Amino acid sequence: MAKKRKSLAKKSRAVKSKASPRKANGHDLQREVEQFLYRQAECLDGKRWQDFIDLFAADGTYWMPASPEQTTGDGVPSIFWEDRNLMSVRLRRLGHPRAWSQKTAWGTNHVVGNVTIEKESGNAIVARSRFHMMEFRNDSTRHFAGSYIHHLTRTREGLRIKLQRVDMVNAGGPYEYVLQAWV
Amino acid sequence: MGVDIGLDLRKAVEPDRVHRGVYTDPGIFELEMDRIFNKVWTYVGHESQVKNVGDYWTVQIGRQPMLMVRHSDKSVRVLYNRCPHRGAMLYGDRSGNVGKGIICSYHSWQFDTDGKCKAIPLDKGYAGTRLSIDSPDCSMKSAPRVASYRGFVFASLSAEGPSLLDWLGPAKVAFDDICDRAPEGEVEVVPTCFRVIQNSNWKIFLENQLDALHPSVTHESTGRAAGDIEEQLKKKGGEAPLSYHFLSAFATPITKWDVFQTIGYRHGHCILTGYMGLRPRDPDTLAYEKVMEKAYGKQRMEEIFGVNIHHVLLYPGLSVQSPLQQLRAVRPLAVDKTLTEIWHFRLKGAPEAIYRRALGYYNLVNSPSTMVNADDLWNFWKCHQGLASDGGDWVSFHRNAGQDPEENGVVTSVIGTSEQPMRNQFRAWAEYMGVN
Repeated sequence: MAKKRKSLAKKSRAVKSKASPRKANGHDLQREVEQFLYRQAECLDGKRWQDFIDLFAADGTYWMPASPEQTTGDGVPSIFWEDRNLMSVRLRRLGHPRAWSQKTAWGTNHVVGNVTIEKESGNAIVARSRFHMMEFRNDSTRHFAGSYIHHLTRTREGLRIKLQRVDMVNAGGPYEYVLQAWV
Repeated sequence: MGVDIGLDLRKAVEPDRVHRGVYTDPGIFELEMDRIFNKVWTYVGHESQVKNVGDYWTVQIGRQPMLMVRHSDKSVRVLYNRCPHRGAMLYGDRSGNVGKGIICSYHSWQFDTDGKCKAIPLDKGYAGTRLSIDSPDCSMKSAPRVASYRGFVFASLSAEGPSLLDWLGPAKVAFDDICDRAPEGEVEVVPTCFRVIQNSNWKIFLENQLDALHPSVTHESTGRAAGDIEEQLKKKGGEAPLSYHFLSAFATPITKWDVFQTIGYRHGHCILTGYMGLRPRDPDTLAYEKVMEKAYGKQRMEEIFGVNIHHVLLYPGLSVQSPLQQLRAVRPLAVDKTLTEIWHFRLKGAPEAIYRRALGYYNLVNSPSTMVNADDLWNFWKCHQGLASDGGDWVSFHRNAGQDPEENGVVTSVIGTSEQPMRNQFRAWAEYMGVN
């Protein structure tokens, strides 16, 4: 009996270590997720679009709902509902020499905080955070703020996003100009 | 020194060019409010936005804050969103249900959903005064005229003028094309409205809607990016969703747009033809055709699918993309500021996949993350800035001018990139403004 238990434990350890090469716990997990979110924000503010896309899992989705009541972006209007292919369209468009609206200088600054780990189960982590983004474009300043929910998965390469939900407080407002990069 | 026309509109519009002042002069904008927006039929909303008795939506017509509300007799009413007591707006939010009645948040005057005053608190205070609860002065004012066509509600702030159907004329095809594509012959609103502010005069947007010359220039970056990824997916043995094609079609070379045609009707309404490739032989489309054939019979179904429309413009306030069941309502806020409200409709009785296909367009082209309209907005703003400058007086609509074939008041274009739609719009503008 004892032997059996030991072998099970061994087995589960083996599985765990195979799938979770760098599994962190408690304080470490909090810090790991925070660092991940900060790095993602840096990708946006640094306009490193491919690096941003690469933070998503192969089947990852970036979603900004049209309204906070929505529970999925599937089959309902969304501001963004993009898989990696659509993100690649956006990346190519942003970098195109004749993407006219991108011709005026613009930059953003994201601050991410209030990070809480909502759930951890196996390789799946759900983290909630708040963001504030200031954008300067065409001599005017806009602010966008709201919450992120990251559904993360632990891979050999590190954390990857399965689904990022972005609820902007001002999502329903009338837009002067529009959002051309991810928020 | 440029030509200063002041408010002399006779000098503003010529058959092939217009003076920049019509876009930038705040005085002319005020005249437009009086002579155009206070008179024409303005799109208010769709009946399915106010399904239940008491449901309301607030909307702006011209300068007026209005309320579309479902009355207890099931009719849709359009009222001034204003309390007759001290003038407070009754609803400051965008939509909701009035509950037991419309109640003013200031002094609790109460109204029925047809605007009639139901109760005034402490009404003894009015004894012996000129005011009585039965007087029309105590009720909310209705829009002088309200009419709907196939579920699309319009109102006019003028008691006089052509009926909605006369005013729409053949351009009513916008709503026929939307609704006929539904096996049940009607549509239902998708309850999301994307709102985009344009920092430019309202006419700049309308002129762009049927401008077949601009897509391959303005939208090249997005068209090519989508085309590249579409190609990559095909190479990998997959198939890109039709929504990629909606985007890549914008990169159609400038020389190809001439095959389309524009048709101008009275009152400035106009159609851009150009089939949008909505009949691929995929299982979704075939399933849809099956339902349609059952509902209409083969011959009628072919007629419905054969309607060749890319956009219908209902001057001066609505741009309808009927094959994809989407529309943009134009609300001019100031001479240099325009709000567009963008809606999508679901075809009743059509398979879910067909709704989702059009939803792809709504998300990618019409949402605030649009990779298409972003470059239009940039052009609109730059147009307005340029028109405000003294660098020139005239806006040119000379392309194929003098060549527009006209028969029974219907003007067609010799080629798709003709500036006939703009000339047609200004013909109506001049008529409304009393220039002719």
